[in-house]
Amino acid sequence: MFLLPLLLLPGAAHGQDASLGAIVAKFADAKKFDQTEALVRELGATGDPAVRPVLEALAEGNLHVRKADGTVFIVSEAGKEMKLIDPLSGETVGEASSSAMKKVRVNNGLRRLIRDVLSALTLGAKSANVRMAAVNTMFANPDPESIEALDAAIEVETDPAVKSRMEQARAAAVVLSDRPEKDRIDAVELLGSLGDRGVLSLLATVEANAEGDLKQAAANATAKIRSVLAAWDVAQNVWFGISLGSVLLLAAIGLAITFGVMGVINMAHGEMVMVGAYTTFVVQGAVRAFAPALHDWSLAFALPLAFLVAGAIGVAIERGIIRFLYGRPLETLLATWGVSLVLQQAVRTIFGPSNREVGNPSWMSGSFEIGHLAITWNRLWIVAFSLGVFALLLFIFNRTAWGLHMRAVTQNRRMASSMGIRTPWVDAFTFGLGSGIAGIAGVALSQVGNVSPNLGQGYIIDSFMVVVFGGVGNLWGTLLGAFSLGVANKFLEPYAGAVLGKIIVLVLIILFIQKRPRGLFALKGRSVEA
Amino acid sequence: MIAARFLRDGIDRRIGLLLAILLAAAVLVPLLNLAVPPTSSFHMPTYLVALLGKYLCYAMLALSLDLVWGYCGILSLGHGAFFALGGYAMGMYLMRQIGARGVYGNPDLPDFMVFLNWKELPWYWYGFDQFWFAALMVMLAPGLLAFAFGWLAFRSRVTGVYLSIITQAMTYALLLAFFRNDMGFGGNNGLTDFKDILGFNLQARATRAALFSISALMLSGAVIITAALVSSKYGKLMIAVRDAESRTRFLGWRPENIKLFAFTISAVMAGIAGALYVPQVGIINPSEFSPANSIEIVIWTAVGGRGTILGPVIGAVAVNWGKSWFTAAMPELWLFALGGLFIAVTLLLPKGIVGTWDEWRAARRARRLPNELAPVSEPSLAEAAARTARHSIDPGPQPAE
Repeated sequence: MFLLPLLLLPGAAHGQDASLGAIVAKFADAKKFDQTEALVRELGATGDPAVRPVLEALAEGNLHVRKADGTVFIVSEAGKEMKLIDPLSGETVGEASSSAMKKVRVNNGLRRLIRDVLSALTLGAKSANVRMAAVNTMFANPDPESIEALDAAIEVETDPAVKSRMEQARAAAVVLSDRPEKDRIDAVELLGSLGDRGVLSLLATVEANAEGDLKQAAANATAKIRSVLAAWDVAQNVWFGISLGSVLLLAAIGLAITFGVMGVINMAHGEMVMVGAYTTFVVQGAVRAFAPALHDWSLAFALPLAFLVAGAIGVAIERGIIRFLYGRPLETLLATWGVSLVLQQAVRTIFGPSNREVGNPSWMSGSFEIGHLAITWNRLWIVAFSLGVFALLLFIFNRTAWGLHMRAVTQNRRMASSMGIRTPWVDAFTFGLGSGIAGIAGVALSQVGNVSPNLGQGYIIDSFMVVVFGGVGNLWGTLLGAFSLGVANKFLEPYAGAVLGKIIVLVLIILFIQKRPRGLFALKGRSVEA
Repeated sequence: MIAARFLRDGIDRRIGLLLAILLAAAVLVPLLNLAVPPTSSFHMPTYLVALLGKYLCYAMLALSLDLVWGYCGILSLGHGAFFALGGYAMGMYLMRQIGARGVYGNPDLPDFMVFLNWKELPWYWYGFDQFWFAALMVMLAPGLLAFAFGWLAFRSRVTGVYLSIITQAMTYALLLAFFRNDMGFGGNNGLTDFKDILGFNLQARATRAALFSISALMLSGAVIITAALVSSKYGKLMIAVRDAESRTRFLGWRPENIKLFAFTISAVMAGIAGALYVPQVGIINPSEFSPANSIEIVIWTAVGGRGTILGPVIGAVAVNWGKSWFTAAMPELWLFALGGLFIAVTLLLPKGIVGTWDEWRAARRARRLPNELAPVSEPSLAEAAARTARHSIDPGPQPAE
């Protein structure tokens, strides 16, 4: 290691009594890099924030010595003349031509050292965030030289989070140092308990160079970290799966409603999602044009609008086409496929075939971390949103008169009709509701994917799979279907790749249908066909 | 019943006419292309021969779908998969025929395998250098897939839209699979750059004309087989299953076996159509598996008239002629036209062109007949005639509830 010889340098020679000015003045005599190094260390050891500009200037090559009297200045170049700045007070004291000055030379090793010294200095900074950033840098680049600085900092540190991070950084430094084996083993164990991917390479170095107990400890720590990471990987897959599942749930739940109540497959369902996404695009454009301040709220406007637009198209399709095809589900499938082609081409003609950009509002961008799990806000919002939509639908289904009618028609259309329920109206509104839900799914999906005329096509087969898998006439089936398909997909992906994983899921569903031809939650009835 | 016999004779006569046209085309088109000098106005350009040949393959595909959908009530949204599988089997044979003439000049490996750094031929490519083996696989691959799929699906009584959706899932899964480079079927680009078939140069006009004739003959064969099948006792069973599956089961038949047989035969037919298609268009790639393609096949059949022999042939040729015309004249309107066609046919013309024609003729005959055959009471006869005409389409009794 490059830094190891530095350990042998006379660190103890730091003149505690030497004033900063005296140390800075010594740069004039530093002819060799190792002399400069010693001086940098000396400055660092003072722990005085005032040395920061000196060190920064040195790293940038702005620390010069006046040839005439050997005084050290920070210079800033302005044409031929250089402005001379007193290194400690920061005042401009005069000018000199560049030929009268000599630069204190630095190399990369020195720059690295300066960076470390500076970060050790920052450990004493007032803001906890600055200290945390500094200690994170030190953790990422452990250096045995910084142990003392860390020890000193740990002693005075009050913020528990920063303190424990400092202890971890110290452990990383101790592991690389030539301290007694016992200390290093303790440090290795501390690192092992972190479960951080970043220390794996550090531990691997230790394991390769050490012997006996230390080697064993490093191996144990590595194994421990790996098992922790494996657990986090599982957690991550589950999260990705839930995230995918929520998207599937949004796309499929409207389909499940129309299929459940009317027994028709709406092939244009994906296009309703697309219409919702394009509504978002248009709303966002309008907001940007007329009320830029409300940009963050554009989704709030888009949601009801997308519901209305897609719902209206849905009702129009039902009244105009599907109404005439009752009792012929296969023909409905074909006619709605035709509708989907027309809608796709219409959108392509109006908005062009290329992808459209829909921006994220500020409260949906960025991410945060739980342990080793990075969770983006937009995904989290979509999961929350899909569950909200689900809860709302559940409420409509189970607690309103309309929901009662829908359930009645699902269970037995003729009987419901005999009891005075206007089944044609239930059909029309159900279709409108299903399409409207697809529309607001489009609003959500515009936040995580491309908005293009083919948007709906990408989701339609997956939505079918969810509905077929979950079973008809039961919203819980759709929920379970969506999340289990999402999680299964994400768990297969690392082993089989994205495409093969999807194929496997499809094949599994086809096989599953053989076992339960009506899905997970089949409606029980007295029909021979069930 | 007299009217029924008249009508059946009429249908037979119609099939005879179709066969005559196909046979005439098989002879005339190559003649007009090869023997008539290009300057003559009777000359048929080569591109048109290839185009017509393609239509005939589509017609055969539509006919195969009609066998399961029109006569057996199974709406398969995955028939494109069988077509593509047959096409791939033929494509693999054509690939092997390229031999050392490929870009990389490797005598054993197709170009894309050399490109992917494969060292030897995968086992499933063995034998495809022999035409007889490829021809066998053209029928076996789709046939076996359909048999396995149908055996599972029909036995567990997956019917209606559920069946349609899982056939769609099947072709979608195959689409994804064939897109993968590791599958060894050329990935995204598929198989192309074919040189010759059975030693004949594929670019030669004579070969193309011969391929057209073979397509016409194969389509005739498919028409004869389908007609024989649906007019046999087995055909009556298929129609029974279509109209009232439960009732058929209660009468002691096994609908799953009837459906399975029809599905498998149909898949083999689709595979042969695909195998004829590939040498004529010169490429097979995974997009043939796309679910949208399979749904388009359904609309060909629906336009022509399902549950008839003539309908799918007319429908496939008409829709594809329209597609060729539209995509050349106003490409952006084609999807509107196709979408509109889906809606219009299901709403206004549910029996298709042929079915509507039959209905119209039956109604006219029923109006005229009473004058000639006074003793027969008018309503019953009209009803009978109309029902016979409609018998192929009528949803009939709904499943018992």
